[in-house]
Amino acid sequence: MYDQFLYGTEAAINGLMTGVMYSLVALGFVLIFKASGIFNYAQGVMALFGALTLVGIQSGQVPFAGIINAIFGTNIQHFGWTVPAVAAIILTIGVMVLFAWLVERYLLKHLVNQEPIILFMATIGLAYFMEGVGDLMWGSNIKKIDLPIPQGINETIDSLTYDWFGYGFYIDNLDITAAIISVFLVVALTIFSQYSTTGRALRAVADDHQAALSVGISLRKIWVIVWGIAGFIALVAGVMWGAKSGVQFSLSLITLKALPVLMLGGFTSIPGAIIGGMIIGVGEKVFEFIVSSSWFGDFMGFTMNATENWFAYVLALVFLVFRPQGLFGDKIIERV
Amino acid sequence: MLYREAGDYKKTYAEDSQTFPLKLDRWSYYSIVFLALVAVPFVINDYWASAVLIPFLIWSIASLGLNILTGYCGQVSLGTGGFMAVGAYASYKLMTSFPDLNILIIVLLSGAITAGVGVIFGLPSLRIKGFYLAVATLAAQFFLVWLFNKFEWFYNYSASGQISTPTRSMFGYEVTGPTASAEAKYIFCLVLVIGLAWVARNLTRGRIGRSWMAIRDMDIAAEIIGVNPLKTKLTAFAISSFFIGVSGALFFAVYLGAVEVGEAFGIQKSFLVLFMIIIGGLGSILGSFIGAAFLVLLPVLLKNIMVGMLGWPIDLAAHIELVLIGFLIMLTLVLEPHGVAQLWRVTKQKLRLWPFPH
Repeated sequence: MYDQFLYGTEAAINGLMTGVMYSLVALGFVLIFKASGIFNYAQGVMALFGALTLVGIQSGQVPFAGIINAIFGTNIQHFGWTVPAVAAIILTIGVMVLFAWLVERYLLKHLVNQEPIILFMATIGLAYFMEGVGDLMWGSNIKKIDLPIPQGINETIDSLTYDWFGYGFYIDNLDITAAIISVFLVVALTIFSQYSTTGRALRAVADDHQAALSVGISLRKIWVIVWGIAGFIALVAGVMWGAKSGVQFSLSLITLKALPVLMLGGFTSIPGAIIGGMIIGVGEKVFEFIVSSSWFGDFMGFTMNATENWFAYVLALVFLVFRPQGLFGDKIIERV
Repeated sequence: MLYREAGDYKKTYAEDSQTFPLKLDRWSYYSIVFLALVAVPFVINDYWASAVLIPFLIWSIASLGLNILTGYCGQVSLGTGGFMAVGAYASYKLMTSFPDLNILIIVLLSGAITAGVGVIFGLPSLRIKGFYLAVATLAAQFFLVWLFNKFEWFYNYSASGQISTPTRSMFGYEVTGPTASAEAKYIFCLVLVIGLAWVARNLTRGRIGRSWMAIRDMDIAAEIIGVNPLKTKLTAFAISSFFIGVSGALFFAVYLGAVEVGEAFGIQKSFLVLFMIIIGGLGSILGSFIGAAFLVLLPVLLKNIMVGMLGWPIDLAAHIELVLIGFLIMLTLVLEPHGVAQLWRVTKQKLRLWPFPH
């Protein structure tokens, strides 16, 4: 039983780390939702797109090589150079900001004052569009992130826990790095929105579009800024997830992991995104651990596995029935 | 013959409240149905039936179902794939447990079972609204697909984890199984489509449909004027899931024949049906058909042009398809949030006034 407890604790700690990674994606959602009331389904695809672009620029790939080759019958793949990591990151951020501007200019501007659900569906379309463009630009093969991110088992924790409990916990350095970066991002975002002029404008827009307009805040500029920041966060999330599992199509599915985090934490709360992520991360790992263990089998007559796919959703669903605005969300007030 | 009401005198209430009040409309619909039933089976070949017509009919049922829930009742659902899986597995279990049962009854029963499941997952809609609900329906999608994968009872303990359809016939003609002819499958689906479209059309015209639309337009106001939200939302979930269950059963039993749940009923299918009703038109029966036709034809067309004629690699064509679909969704929402069906409505209005517009 003591062993079981230790394994369970290890699963919980790993879940906590994974949960923080979910929150990284959820953060981008919260930002855009707060500033424009848009529920941006494309956030996960933005992460994929950012990571793809970073790898593509760094390794000197020719964008749209596949389609160029198909039309002109050529066979070009690479420029034949590699770009240093720092320059590639800056270029990628540039691409994400350009993307933010394009989205504002050609999509959001035309959808002002539409119902939220229409906007939501538009971002699903945007997600498909970007996924296709990302694949067309950089090809759909699995890529590796070439950045100096620490990876592998953390020896210190392993040996420390071995001394204490007689069992070494396996915790990945990558997860620890991701957790530190997320905490850093949350602090930075909070300071930015509390103390900078742009941050105040951003909060004003979040509170009331019309009032913000009337005191001279440009909605469109704010939206470009917000989508740009969300693009940057998506890039960070894409790099962290890409380092974990390779940059590939399935990266865009982390949106589906971030959605229940948001529902749990509330769509409007930045700390909610982090805490929701942690609850979901720990919850799904511990649940999986319990239902797949042998004593659950003895007790119930069957065991379950691969519950991670739906546990978060069912948890969020049950939770929402009792508290529709999530843990930290603003209270939903309805008027006729 | 001009397209207008003038001169078309209605003498009874029944005539006055019929579905197609205009003579031209009425006759063109009758002739389309007649042609589809009588002429098309003699001219189709296997490729057209299996690549275009049968999928079109099956997806039309699914998008009719989702349109009832999303377009008419305003509850966005992303669980369509999961509900289709319920229909498919229900029909499989029924077919294997009761070999003598008629296939039509099996398909309808599968729809009824799906309706029950739909009601269970629709219960949270009383508390959760808008895209919170959309995300919550994803719970149905993931949970159901996992369930059918996990418990072997659902696929009769087969080693591959797949379900495959046994042969069943109607009036002596095989409609399911590997040896069934394309014509028989087509007619079977078509009859169901006609029947269900008739049901959907009349439901949405009547009291139930009006209460759905009241809930969609503003649920609190609807509640105040006496629309029972519990009953209304749950009937929408039940009837929509019934349609989707029937389409899932047909998709498995008639169209594919053998199914692996994660692949055939994944989240992509939920999005596909949602896209059909967005492009076709939210809250429109005709729109469901237009959207289904469009999204069934588009990949076939693109594949034929890019892979067949230009000789481009298949994965490139698939990526361009993604870009195009995403682009069309955004374009539709920006230009005409009510889809192609709205364009048709506007055209009809113009036709009525032609040649003397205001």
